[in-house]
Amino acid sequence: MTQPASYYYVPSPSYWPLVGALALLLLAAGAVLWVNGYSSGPLTVSAGFAVLIFMMAGWFRTVIRESEGGLYNKRVDTSFRWAMSWFIFSEVMFFAAFFGALFYARVLSIPDLASVDSQLLWPNFSAVWPNAGPGYKGTFSVMEAMGIPAINTLLLLSSGATLTWAHWGLMKGNRTHLALGLVLTIALGVIFISLQASEYSHAYSEMNLKLTTGIYGTTFFMLTGFHGLHVTIGVTMLTVMLFRVLAGHFKPDHHFAFEAVAWYWHFVDVVWLMLYVVVYWL
Amino acid sequence: METTAMGHAEVHDHGHGPTGLKRWLTTTNHKDIGSMYLWFSFAMFIVGGIMALLIRAELFEPGLQFLDPERYNQIVTLHGLIMVFGAIMPAFVGFANWMIPMQIGASDMAFGRLNNWSFWLLIPASLLLVTSLFVPGGAAGVGWTLYPPLSIQMGMGMDLAIFSVHILGISSILGSINIITTILNLRAPGMTMMKMPMFAWTWLITAFLIIAVMPVFAGAVTMLLTDRHFGTSFFSAAGGGDPVLFQHVFWFFGHPEVYIVILPGFGIISQVISAFSRKPLFGYASMVYATASIAVLSFFVWGHHMFTSGMPVTGQLFYMYATMLIAIPTGVKVFNWIATMWRGTLTFETPMLFALGFIFLFTMGGFSGLVLAMTAVDVQMHNTYYVVAHFHYTMVAGALFSAFAAVYYWLPKWTGHMYNEKLGKVHFWLTMAFFNMTFFVQHFLGLAGMPRRIPDYALQFADFNRISSIGAFGLGISQLLFLYIVVSCIKGGPKAAAKPWDGAEGLEWDVPSPAPYHTWEIQPQVK
Repeated sequence: MTQPASYYYVPSPSYWPLVGALALLLLAAGAVLWVNGYSSGPLTVSAGFAVLIFMMAGWFRTVIRESEGGLYNKRVDTSFRWAMSWFIFSEVMFFAAFFGALFYARVLSIPDLASVDSQLLWPNFSAVWPNAGPGYKGTFSVMEAMGIPAINTLLLLSSGATLTWAHWGLMKGNRTHLALGLVLTIALGVIFISLQASEYSHAYSEMNLKLTTGIYGTTFFMLTGFHGLHVTIGVTMLTVMLFRVLAGHFKPDHHFAFEAVAWYWHFVDVVWLMLYVVVYWL
Repeated sequence: METTAMGHAEVHDHGHGPTGLKRWLTTTNHKDIGSMYLWFSFAMFIVGGIMALLIRAELFEPGLQFLDPERYNQIVTLHGLIMVFGAIMPAFVGFANWMIPMQIGASDMAFGRLNNWSFWLLIPASLLLVTSLFVPGGAAGVGWTLYPPLSIQMGMGMDLAIFSVHILGISSILGSINIITTILNLRAPGMTMMKMPMFAWTWLITAFLIIAVMPVFAGAVTMLLTDRHFGTSFFSAAGGGDPVLFQHVFWFFGHPEVYIVILPGFGIISQVISAFSRKPLFGYASMVYATASIAVLSFFVWGHHMFTSGMPVTGQLFYMYATMLIAIPTGVKVFNWIATMWRGTLTFETPMLFALGFIFLFTMGGFSGLVLAMTAVDVQMHNTYYVVAHFHYTMVAGALFSAFAAVYYWLPKWTGHMYNEKLGKVHFWLTMAFFNMTFFVQHFLGLAGMPRRIPDYALQFADFNRISSIGAFGLGISQLLFLYIVVSCIKGGPKAAAKPWDGAEGLEWDVPSPAPYHTWEIQPQVK
């Protein structure tokens, strides 16, 4: 390597960052074209995704090789721990913006729209929740907390447990135990996503509850949608971990990639609990 | 790709790795990446500066001369976004890249490849912003604050701005994670937290702020995007949302953001004042605590941007008092700087001149901030040129002056040459004079009621606007002198000693000038 400092690993020059920048340029430009109705949009976005996946595969492959090649000492490991913690913190703040929008609508904007000030414009509007706003014409049903959402809560909570169980297997050096725990976790995650998808399709086809159903539909779908996206990312990462386990990676004392994915999974879990309480239940 | 890189490495074991363009495209070296950040920042400074001059040319006299109102609004918006996210923030990340590893005795940043990605993401982001001027409907013409409902109605230029913000957000979050990890994990033995140079400390706190609020901004623009194209109702009253919600989310990001662009400057000024006073920084610990207090308070004051948006009186009072509270830690800093100079052996090289200019002018910007913090006064001043004057005193005389101080202070370390001191001083005095000519009169314009973001104005504002415009062109042209000084310093000049400033302290002065490609491959022991 170009960097001989022995106390820390500094990677050699790499094209991956540049490829990553190109990927995001294509994704962003393509998304702009797409939402503005240009036919070149979907193609550009697909190209961006392809480049992004190529970049992530290549970049992570490099990192995995370096890690398995013993280039990462304890100090590098500590760096990864700090970085993953701060990354999850940034994700927390991203969700906070959308939770904030929900609280704002329920505590401030809906009561305001029903207050004396708005009586002239919307005389018959009353501040109840769920609410699709004074301009909403039509009826919709409300997503209940019992049923699928309650099952989903159980699924995600159990998946947190199975993942910890897998981690125990890894630390004890029991690979079968580890792989089984990962498979169970991934399965629970996939069932969660499919139940969520069927819930969405039920909402659209039977309940007339859509993204466009006023502030209730907006906050419901945006919050659960971003959460679902994160579960999907989590399942993808868990699957990568499973393949790495099958390839013989990780040692009982050197497996931060696994732990990072576990941290991420627990974070997604906690977000769901918050969602379950304030979006479905209250 | 990897094998070639590795093969290369074997040949030049201790060397620079790839050369030519490939070196810059693929580098993982904090000094290379720092230089790229700084040059990018300067390029954006020129682009944003040209936009500023277009604005001032239009405002040179009443009536519409050069820009129609839509174009004018677009230029105002892009000027703001480019200067904040393209010029100031990358400049400080550039300093952080160059200096923090050297200051804490680390061989490089914690994540070399990620570091390069943070930089290269700026290119697509700025491309999206600048090309938005040329798409149908033009760029976003809503001001850098992107308020709905106007931003819901804009053309595709708005979407370009939204995605640009997303990419800028990814870039600065990744950069901040890198900086925090470097500071927390790669300090040399003995370099305890409370021995770190102030620049590293202020960046640690800044990076925390960035990670906390950039995702919120990303959330805000995502809501704009879905409201624009996917029928959500975040900002639509008919759907039960509220346009004011955007202002809350935006300013929850926006207020910490204005500290993000000034806190690293505080760190630079602390080091420069101490170096040229030949005294240790007065009240080091209180400086650290003051910086942290400013960061914490910044999360509780966003409502002061919204006094006229409709807010209960209790809310107004809370935000007013909370905002004024910030004057206390800021005052601690200003008094500490002055106390550092007290009975010091002062000399006035260019970095020190910019630092002194900073203290004087930034304090004025702080005071006009206190004026605006008073709800009753702000109701009169909101959206006037007084606000424009206020934040240019903090952003230009604050952030930009501290960036100039940093460049002059560390140029000998970067290039191995001394810059032309005489020209540096000329650059300072020109900048100082034209800055005040441009922005001081804007206080009067604002007090007299001239609104911001309008291309035309009533006749009584003509004189002050003319003075301001002449000042702005002077300020812009003076920066070409800065470019000349920097370029000629890179090309040659008197050789710089490892420690060219006799009062300077810190590990960066223990390495030769110019700093070798790799520094601190063996970590120093700090006593």
